[in-house]
Amino acid sequence: MCDHGSHRAAGNRRGEIVKTGCSIFIAAFIALGLSWCGLVLGPAAQLGTLGQTNILNSSEIYPIQRTGDATVGLQVYRAYGCAACHTTQVGQDGMICDVVLSGTNPPAVSALLSSLTLTNLTKEQADAVSAQISAKGGKTETHIFATGADISRGWGMRHSVAEDFLWDNPVQLGGVRVGPDLSNVGMRYDAAWEFKHLYEPKSAVNNSAMPSFKFLFEKDGTPTEDAKNLVAYLLSLRADVPLHDAPFSTLAPVAGTKK
Amino acid sequence: MNQNVNNSSTVDASLRVPLLAIFGGAVLWLIVGLVLAIMASLTFHMPEMFAKCPFLTYGRLLPAANDLIVYGFAIPAALGVVLWIFARLSDSELILPLVAVAAANIWHLGVFIGTVAILIGCGTGFTWLEYPRAAAILIFAAYLLIATCVVATFGARRDRSVQPAHWFLLAGLLWFAWIYSSANMFLLAWTVRGVAQSVIDWWYTNNLLFVWMGLTGLGIAFYLLPKIVGRPLQKQYFALFGFWTFILFASWCGMPQTAPIPAWLPSASTVASALLILPLICFFPPFVKTVCGANVICKGGPFCQVRFGMTVFLLSILLMIITGCPHVGRMLGLTWFGPAQVYLLIFGFFASIICGGIYELLPSVMGFELPFPQFVRWQNRFFVAGSLVLFLSLAVAGVVQGIKMHNPNIPFSDVIQATLGPLRFAVAGLLLLLLGSLMLAANFLVMTIKWHFALVKCVTTAVTAPLETEEVKS
Repeated sequence: MCDHGSHRAAGNRRGEIVKTGCSIFIAAFIALGLSWCGLVLGPAAQLGTLGQTNILNSSEIYPIQRTGDATVGLQVYRAYGCAACHTTQVGQDGMICDVVLSGTNPPAVSALLSSLTLTNLTKEQADAVSAQISAKGGKTETHIFATGADISRGWGMRHSVAEDFLWDNPVQLGGVRVGPDLSNVGMRYDAAWEFKHLYEPKSAVNNSAMPSFKFLFEKDGTPTEDAKNLVAYLLSLRADVPLHDAPFSTLAPVAGTKK
Repeated sequence: MNQNVNNSSTVDASLRVPLLAIFGGAVLWLIVGLVLAIMASLTFHMPEMFAKCPFLTYGRLLPAANDLIVYGFAIPAALGVVLWIFARLSDSELILPLVAVAAANIWHLGVFIGTVAILIGCGTGFTWLEYPRAAAILIFAAYLLIATCVVATFGARRDRSVQPAHWFLLAGLLWFAWIYSSANMFLLAWTVRGVAQSVIDWWYTNNLLFVWMGLTGLGIAFYLLPKIVGRPLQKQYFALFGFWTFILFASWCGMPQTAPIPAWLPSASTVASALLILPLICFFPPFVKTVCGANVICKGGPFCQVRFGMTVFLLSILLMIITGCPHVGRMLGLTWFGPAQVYLLIFGFFASIICGGIYELLPSVMGFELPFPQFVRWQNRFFVAGSLVLFLSLAVAGVVQGIKMHNPNIPFSDVIQATLGPLRFAVAGLLLLLLGSLMLAANFLVMTIKWHFALVKCVTTAVTAPLETEEVKS
């Protein structure tokens, strides 16, 4: 298959399968150009022009811009490389639905209920059940709950979506979970806990592997400006509203057993 | 034949000063980078160690170390080897040698500024693109200068043929210029909004660490292996098809399965990584047919290093295909398995091949033998052992973390405690790599000093020599 004449030492060009350097450049240009259009230009057009959205079943818009100190705190988060250990992205495996009766219902519905399962349904099953009940004149609501390990750990109520990061610059999703996910850390703790944890992690979390950030505090233990801004940013991390792409209900599921 | 030998020695001599400037800084950054990486890993042993020192916090040490190893060592050292390969294949002296010397110094200045910037908290926050604008501009300018030298030397070639090594190296030359400028522009100059930033960062990271390193490493290997074995690269059509499919599909990989981005992006990556089976199959015949049956006594020299690097690269493509599967990708996403793959590519594949190239070219470029030839064998052993220990310990940590993290009944702090054992073991891998690098540095340093002595000797002889009578009269 390979012509030995193509070797440099033989000094002749017979059997050489690529003739010019130019053709290599063109090949590389086309291949990289395709990938650039697909993975740089495309997402920049699709995600870069993303705007605020409405909260599900509400006229409020999401996300609203962070306060000034939290915006500065994002830069503190960047400067100390917090994203080297912490992610800010929650995943979800799927969702389960509960169908709940609302208001007063005609007796025909009560008769129907005994033959129906109302909890732990898929979206399609829930829609079918709702249709059956409303055919008899009943009123129902469907409650949606996200499932998955991250959700069960209490790291969030739904998976993260592109809208959550609209005001971040730089966006720091993180790549390795050396520490817990921080997408909703603002919902879990208060400022006093955050300061205590930054100063001496082991005092707040048993067997924590996080290094202490004592340099963010004065000698007497009062937090510096950096520490205050950082904590303001951490407390602003809360993706706690349902969106069209990522719906959920704020109530607890009826069955109580999330997967 | 005799004239050919003379010619290749003048070709090599033209590269001496530029290569010393490039490799000198590169070897220094490799050692500094590994020391910083070891300091960063010590955080897992003693979390309180740098509690009083903001400059040495883990989140700064890690990107500083990673960038020193890639931008300080891997890229410039590879460009140095590429300069030599192009001059050799062209049978021509290096064109614009002074430009290359200037470029080397600008490059290393850029790396220095970038590292200081990260340590004082001025990093950009984008993974693998942490250097701020000033450093990025210096590095890009230096890259363009070196690329100019390479292309000029290619244009001036006496032997008009285009070899397989040329395909890979020329493509790699265009690749880095495009991805580095494009990523920096979208992230630091005209910043795009929202998660598009992360998408561009992942695109860049994959194209740098997998595609660019792959192209450049393969190009160097496909030059060195035939040269050492003494016969042309076998099965060139396979290599060409592999080249095509590799640049076409590998450039689409790298979108994580778990990220909050539109689903079509990770799906495209999954398809592309599955199609990587084509280049994987195609790179086997040229490599195996060229290497097997070769009558080379290796003893841990360049041949062994390149052969090991190639084997690791084929393994890395396989890992890329496996982790591209949605199920595996979700399981191992956001765990230590990602860094394990990256370090395997950097140390096991790329650094091994570059070191093979450096040991192959150094004696002929400098004009004398290596001062510690036995160090070559030891460095190879340390690099093989170090990269495997580093990869295996991080990979074990990643798999354990992935399995436990997806079981919500295990508290997260227990998940982390389970990974700390393998993570602490990874420091042993870094120490082995550091030992190997010190041996490379020893050889390089002694050769540079010897060369300086020879220069001084030349000058003293010239100064103290009795002037010829005609010159005095004139």
